[in-house]
Amino acid sequence: MEEFLDKLPQMDLMRSEKMTLVQLIIPVESAHRSITYLGELGLLQFRDLNADKSPFQRTFANQVKRCGEMSRKLRFFKDQIDKAGLRCSPRHEIEPDIELGDLERQLADHEHEVLEMNSNSEKLRQTYNELLEFKIVLQKASGFLVSSNAHAIGEETELHESTYSNNGFIETASLLEQEMNPGPSSQSGLRFISGIINKDKLLRFERMLFRATRGNMLFNQTPSDEEIMDPSTSEMVEKIVFVVFFSGEQARTKILKICEAFGANCYPVPEDTTKQRQLTREVLSRLSDLEATLDAGTRHRNSALNSVGYSLTNWMTTVRREKAVYDTLNMLNFDVTKKCLVGEGWCPTFAKTQIHEVLQRATFDSNSQVGVIFHVMQAVESPPTYFRTNKLTNAFQEIIDAYGVARYQEANPAVYSVVTYPFLFAVMFGDWGHGLCLLLGALYLLARERKLSTQKLGSFMEMLFGGRYVILLMSLFSIYCGLIYNEFFSVPFHIFGGSAYKCRDTTCSDAYTVGLVKYRDPYPFGVDPSWYGSRSELPYLNSLKMKMSILLGIAQMNLGLILSFFNARFFGSSLDIRYQFIPQMIFLNSLFGYLSLLIIIKWCTGSQADLYHVMIYMFLSPTEELGENELFWGQRPLQILLLLSAFIAVPWMLFPKPFALRKIHMERFQGRTYGVLGSSEVDLDVEPDSARGGHHEEEFNFSEIFVHQLIHSIEFVLGSVSNTASYLRLWALSLAHSELSTVFYEKVLLLAWGYDNILIRLIGVAVFAFATAFILLMMETLSAFLHALRLHWVEFMGKFFHGDGYKFKPFSFALISDDDE
Amino acid sequence: MIFFLAIASISERNMYGFEALTFNIHGGYLEAIVRGHRAGLLTTADYNNLCQCENLDDIKMHLSATKYGSYLQNEPSPLHTTTIVEKCTLKLVDDYKHMLCQATEPMSTFLEYIRYGHMIDNVVLIVTGTLHERDVQELLEKCHPLGMFDSIATLVVAQNMRELYRLVLVDTPLAPYFSECLTSEDLDDMNIEIMRNTLYKAYLEDFYKFCQKLGGATSEIMSDLLAFEADRRAVNITINSIGTELTREDRKKLYSNFGLLYPYGHEELAICEDIDQVRGVMEKYPPYQAIFSKMSYGESQMLDKAFYEEEVRRLCLAFEQQFHYAVFFAYMRLREQEIRNLMWISECVAQNQKSRIHDSVVYMF
Repeated sequence: MEEFLDKLPQMDLMRSEKMTLVQLIIPVESAHRSITYLGELGLLQFRDLNADKSPFQRTFANQVKRCGEMSRKLRFFKDQIDKAGLRCSPRHEIEPDIELGDLERQLADHEHEVLEMNSNSEKLRQTYNELLEFKIVLQKASGFLVSSNAHAIGEETELHESTYSNNGFIETASLLEQEMNPGPSSQSGLRFISGIINKDKLLRFERMLFRATRGNMLFNQTPSDEEIMDPSTSEMVEKIVFVVFFSGEQARTKILKICEAFGANCYPVPEDTTKQRQLTREVLSRLSDLEATLDAGTRHRNSALNSVGYSLTNWMTTVRREKAVYDTLNMLNFDVTKKCLVGEGWCPTFAKTQIHEVLQRATFDSNSQVGVIFHVMQAVESPPTYFRTNKLTNAFQEIIDAYGVARYQEANPAVYSVVTYPFLFAVMFGDWGHGLCLLLGALYLLARERKLSTQKLGSFMEMLFGGRYVILLMSLFSIYCGLIYNEFFSVPFHIFGGSAYKCRDTTCSDAYTVGLVKYRDPYPFGVDPSWYGSRSELPYLNSLKMKMSILLGIAQMNLGLILSFFNARFFGSSLDIRYQFIPQMIFLNSLFGYLSLLIIIKWCTGSQADLYHVMIYMFLSPTEELGENELFWGQRPLQILLLLSAFIAVPWMLFPKPFALRKIHMERFQGRTYGVLGSSEVDLDVEPDSARGGHHEEEFNFSEIFVHQLIHSIEFVLGSVSNTASYLRLWALSLAHSELSTVFYEKVLLLAWGYDNILIRLIGVAVFAFATAFILLMMETLSAFLHALRLHWVEFMGKFFHGDGYKFKPFSFALISDDDE
Repeated sequence: MIFFLAIASISERNMYGFEALTFNIHGGYLEAIVRGHRAGLLTTADYNNLCQCENLDDIKMHLSATKYGSYLQNEPSPLHTTTIVEKCTLKLVDDYKHMLCQATEPMSTFLEYIRYGHMIDNVVLIVTGTLHERDVQELLEKCHPLGMFDSIATLVVAQNMRELYRLVLVDTPLAPYFSECLTSEDLDDMNIEIMRNTLYKAYLEDFYKFCQKLGGATSEIMSDLLAFEADRRAVNITINSIGTELTREDRKKLYSNFGLLYPYGHEELAICEDIDQVRGVMEKYPPYQAIFSKMSYGESQMLDKAFYEEEVRRLCLAFEQQFHYAVFFAYMRLREQEIRNLMWISECVAQNQKSRIHDSVVYMF
């Protein structure tokens, strides 16, 4: 037995990679390059040796800060480029290695340039917008003034002084200064202020004016027809042109203050139409001038941004890598002489030579006289879990990791899941029509794999794409199961020859009352199509699927138990084999394994025995004669034997283990009752910074262990009943699926087809297609997926899987490059 | 059916002790949010780290690992203290606005009440600034963003209280509080200060009444917190008015009409002439005895910090109970205290006064 087990082939996927704790002593001058090369290799996970230091107290905090500053600048460029509607060129391969300092200088130059251009164009833009507003005010306000002109009243033009103080156009500024002078007359004391204000502030503005002047004013308004950019905030807003008529100096100050408070820009409008026209002309000509200047500025800026955008993606990658390198360097410790950096980390054992080579290359490239010292250390804590996966197994490994990352070198259920997972799914989703639809979807994803893997997908699409191989296998298995169930969109087909049944006579009149006769060998593959539509269709299929579910379930749970045996053997714990695995195996198989045996015998012999009755009375009155339910000779004594062994198995798995543990503990610590003596055995020459610091003596608490074992045993005993019942979901979902598709086929498609009306037929087909796509293909797939997930997580993995490990996260550029945005 | 009617009638009446049954219908989501926010408050360990910073960039680096990270990450260095404070306040305001958007009655009113205090401060700030002929924009930048309202800039137009009320404040929620200080007197520093305190008194009393109306744990906890606030204000008013021309009667009018000191403590505070007399009055009240016992006689410098510490202690206790609104108040106050702490630390770091860094930082949690 032992020999046989030892001769079993090694399975790579079964156990996670062997890991080694290594220590690196890197001379300072080659540290940066070594870490960079290690990042390119991506097979070493550094341990943080400075966990107690805050980020800014670490050695390379300054460099990290510089990288942060650079990435801020790069974000700024990206933002500017996006705003200007340009595109960054994608990453190109010819990548000259840029020194960090050079890059920093370049970035600072570019930022300065862009900022200056921005501020220039902003000033121009502000002036431009103000002029635009002025133009609109001139156009709109003149309408009111014409009417007021009829009354021959005086006027005064007002100006928002600050508006024109900074535009830098001397000749126009002087022009406007002339306007500053109060208008020619204030004979009647009625004056006005014209301006423009945001639409949403208008109502409150008017109310405030009314209150402030106690109603002694006249407010006219008209909307400006176009959306314009607000000069101060540079957002597109809807604005309203207003003209306020009032009298008195006091009111004027108040109104001006209110205008200022509300952000209403006031512009002077001369009363005189000729002056108005002249002013309009002037404004228009300045507008066109400014427009030309602005355009030139934008072109200039765009070309500058384009040149930045050309290498932006590369720079971003560089900075991100640099930051990662310095973050990693921050995890290293200085040794006593301050000339070397000391790092510790986990690497897979197979990668040691690769790492060694890389480190030598780094030493060589950086012209360092001293090489990097690389040696293996003893580890106390458990190593990280690392599975090497490929495209196909990765998705299944993810499914397992979602439950818990496997303990280091623990049996990995993902190996079996690759087959059992899609198979259990297919048992619930058995329909080869639907399977074909899924297959098409999966093939589409696979065909476009190369294209899709480079794109950014939506979260839903991303999930589908990530699970493309799962979907492929699921669809293949559901075609297989569908062929067994003989269902194609719930319609049976005669693919593998004719039915084994035929009518009793040629009229076939009693086919549905008496039944058919079997006249030749059974249908070669799957369910005979004649069962469908018959009176006994449901009882037949239910019995078949229910028994099949139990068989599958028992098989999978037994596999789980066997894996627990391999785990125990691997970790060298004979206690677990003797007091846990064996009684568990006996308990499960004496009850439910026996049931499976009965099912198989019944199928093979075609017996009429009632298995419910057999199982129930095996417990209630095991000594009673079985009578017509007897399936084989010696069944009664066998049942008694099985029942007894099941009863023995329960205390077996409960009591011995905690006592054995206590015994071992007592032996180990005999004569070590005095703590002082015990501590002297801990080696004194442990380096303070190493992982070996934690020699904590394990506390042995018998009651705790006993309670734990009690819970574990009870869980297993109850669980073997409930888990077996849980596998009946295979039958239930499969039934639900086939019934649903029958309903859609018969009650929708066939019903609609019965009418001789093209419209009704079309509607019928549409409803059928819709229901098939959304209810059967999407919802049912999802539910079957989740149920298969549960069967794996709870029923299968619960038997052996600890799942308390942690993942191997190597320092790798490939992993960091796409996680930030 | 009857059960739901019963629940409905209970939630209508806000019966004490039954709020746990119905609170989560409207308040559950937001309470979860605010407790999540609370977990983001800086801890003593964070403050210890911050106190060791050498410059403002270090502070930024440390804060980038906290909830403020995304707010500060796009700030170019060199940083200024004002930028840090501004961004941190922005986060507070964003949190507040998010909660306000999600809130239903009466929680939304409760949340609105929290900002009235800032509104009063802003009104006073603008009016004082205008009196001293400061630029409006500059003043607006100094205003607390939580206390902004639409027509705040128009405050500059007003010449006296009556006008202030009639022109601007009548539209704001502060209007009812103004009924007590409607005079035609011109605005001067003294008047403005009296106005601020009168407004605050009216606000606190209104808030107190509102919380009483809410009932349940909210009223229980908020009464305690607001009473403390009222008493603290009473002490501050007394200390600040010693040696001014404010009469005893006027002084007494500024005290809020609730709290632990009301009414007998107010009688005694009104006649105090120096800080030691105040101390004598306060030491009669056991909850405040501890605060004053830490200080030596004649000292009033450390009083503010002592009060802040006591306040933080009480605010933290508000999180110990569930199903009430006081957590929102407590969270906002704690965040404000945190921003004050950050401002102090940043100032100390920026001005190389690291020895004084612990003077004013109030630790929470």
